[in-house]
Amino acid sequence: MSPADPTPTTAERPATTGSAEGGTAPARRTRPFALLGSELALVFRRRRTWAMLGALAAVPVLIAVAVRLTTGEDSGGPAFLGDITNNGLFVAFTALTVSIPLFLPLTVGVVAGDTVAGEASHGTLRYLLVAPTGRVRFILVKTAGAIAFCLAATLLVVLVGAAIGAVLFRIGPVTLLSGTPVDGWSYAARALLLALYVTLSMLGLVAIGLFASTLTNVPVGAMAATVVLAGVSQVLDQLPQLDWLHPFLFSHLWLGFGDLLRDPISFDSFGSNALLQLGYLVVFGALAYGRFASKDILS
Amino acid sequence: MTTTPTGTDRAVSTDLAIRTEGLRKVFHKQRAVDGIDLAVPRGSVFGFLGPNGSGKTTTIRMLLGLSSATGGSIQVLGEPMPTALRSVLPRVGALVEGPAFYPYLSGRANLSRFDAADPTSDPRSRKERVASALDRVGLTHAADKKAHAYSLGMKQRLGLANALLTPRELLVLDEPTNGLDPQGTREVRNLIRSLADDGTTVFVSSHLLAEIEQVCTHAAVMRTGQLVAQGTLDDLRSAGARTVTVRTPDVGQAAVVLGRLGLAPRRDGGSDVLVADLVADVEPETITAELVRADVRVRGLAVGGGTLEDLFVALTGEGFDVAG
Repeated sequence: MSPADPTPTTAERPATTGSAEGGTAPARRTRPFALLGSELALVFRRRRTWAMLGALAAVPVLIAVAVRLTTGEDSGGPAFLGDITNNGLFVAFTALTVSIPLFLPLTVGVVAGDTVAGEASHGTLRYLLVAPTGRVRFILVKTAGAIAFCLAATLLVVLVGAAIGAVLFRIGPVTLLSGTPVDGWSYAARALLLALYVTLSMLGLVAIGLFASTLTNVPVGAMAATVVLAGVSQVLDQLPQLDWLHPFLFSHLWLGFGDLLRDPISFDSFGSNALLQLGYLVVFGALAYGRFASKDILS
Repeated sequence: MTTTPTGTDRAVSTDLAIRTEGLRKVFHKQRAVDGIDLAVPRGSVFGFLGPNGSGKTTTIRMLLGLSSATGGSIQVLGEPMPTALRSVLPRVGALVEGPAFYPYLSGRANLSRFDAADPTSDPRSRKERVASALDRVGLTHAADKKAHAYSLGMKQRLGLANALLTPRELLVLDEPTNGLDPQGTREVRNLIRSLADDGTTVFVSSHLLAEIEQVCTHAAVMRTGQLVAQGTLDDLRSAGARTVTVRTPDVGQAAVVLGRLGLAPRRDGGSDVLVADLVADVEPETITAELVRADVRVRGLAVGGGTLEDLFVALTGEGFDVAG
């Protein structure tokens, strides 16, 4: 230390800590939801999210265009495909059915696998935790962000499907699986229920992705693990030898939304799917919490 | 030396911004931090020194509740950590092991995000506080650039801005001058000084003593997980040995004179250089006078050592061996 650079000692400093305490009244109001808004902005302002939503939106567009170009013979294909030419509103249902096995779990796996590991790999996790975000709040907020993505993704597929169907085909009263025709409002309500059902279906996968994400600092690893598990679950669901296991697979009721398209509407599958997904959410949420709550943040 | 606290004095201990007792962290079998008793007085600028790998960052992680201690206790701002994390951390600004940001967000958006993560921060004043923090570190012009386009120095400044989002009682800065050019380093020093003048306690770690020596009032030195020195800067300086260096063509004669004064001279460097550790009661002017009286032709006489750098090197070694 040079003599020209006098550094005051502690004793010489003023006793009060001035501005350091001036702005911090003892009773600070806490705002538990501030981070949630920030998280939603973070998810939906990200270019990757837009790319994935764009890819999902392309599914109904591709289906509608393909059907429009090859009108004629009914050659099987996914559910509702044959109905599209009669009524464009079926594009939305077809697109959801097509997305559920692969595209949707893929994008959900990316978002869910990124939750904790992504923050850890950027190093932003440590700054959020010292801000301080409590660890429980952090996990809840990240989960909420991933669920918001699921909802946005399914709603997008439904909306884009309905829109492109209306543009390329004639639309009219929708005939439900039970043979009853319903009007536009009723169709909209059922489409919304369907989107909610599919979002609900993804909750188990979100919880699995969240847990995988607490195991590593490499987001790609957690994403891959989540997507692979989604595939494994669907393969196991195909094996008749394992039918005792089927009711417990998180993908078992993924396509079980037919009940919602009957008249009178039945919420049986909705209920059992909710129970199943809630079970996964509780178990893997607890595992993620157990892993994360005491983890040394070394990234 | 009026401010160094002692473990037994309870009145003083309440005035500590950071206090650890027997703090330990063991990774597998490696003792990264091995029973340290830190005492950082409120209002001090406390230099936390040590070579790379000596356990500084591990200690800081434990202070901030990022990792759990294997043993020992921690108090930050008078409250136990990590138990009182929620009430302590809003009053602490931190830069931990380098700055970190969302590369796809602008500097401004990054700060808003971290501010939103503090449940006690006021969203109504967020915009202004972010802007003034950016201004304080000179980043206003780059505030809306994406963080991935920032240079290392700019990231370091943004990290400091993040620590300054709200008025803090304690700042924990881990290697704040890393990656900064000399100009930037000077600015960080000035920033630390002005924060300290406002009464903020600053706990700053570095492996480069020279960069923070000018602003510190206190310091502690770590080596392989242990605290090897701690106290006010003056205390530490007086602990370091001072040396006298004599340049003369009459080396033999000079050695006799120095020996008579009770010093143990040794040849060092060129053939005309003698170096001896200074003994407390021998003043440099006495040496000069004695050398002249004995007709020793003196080309130069310099008193060295007694700097923190010397102490630092003596305590931690000079080599490149990274501990542990």
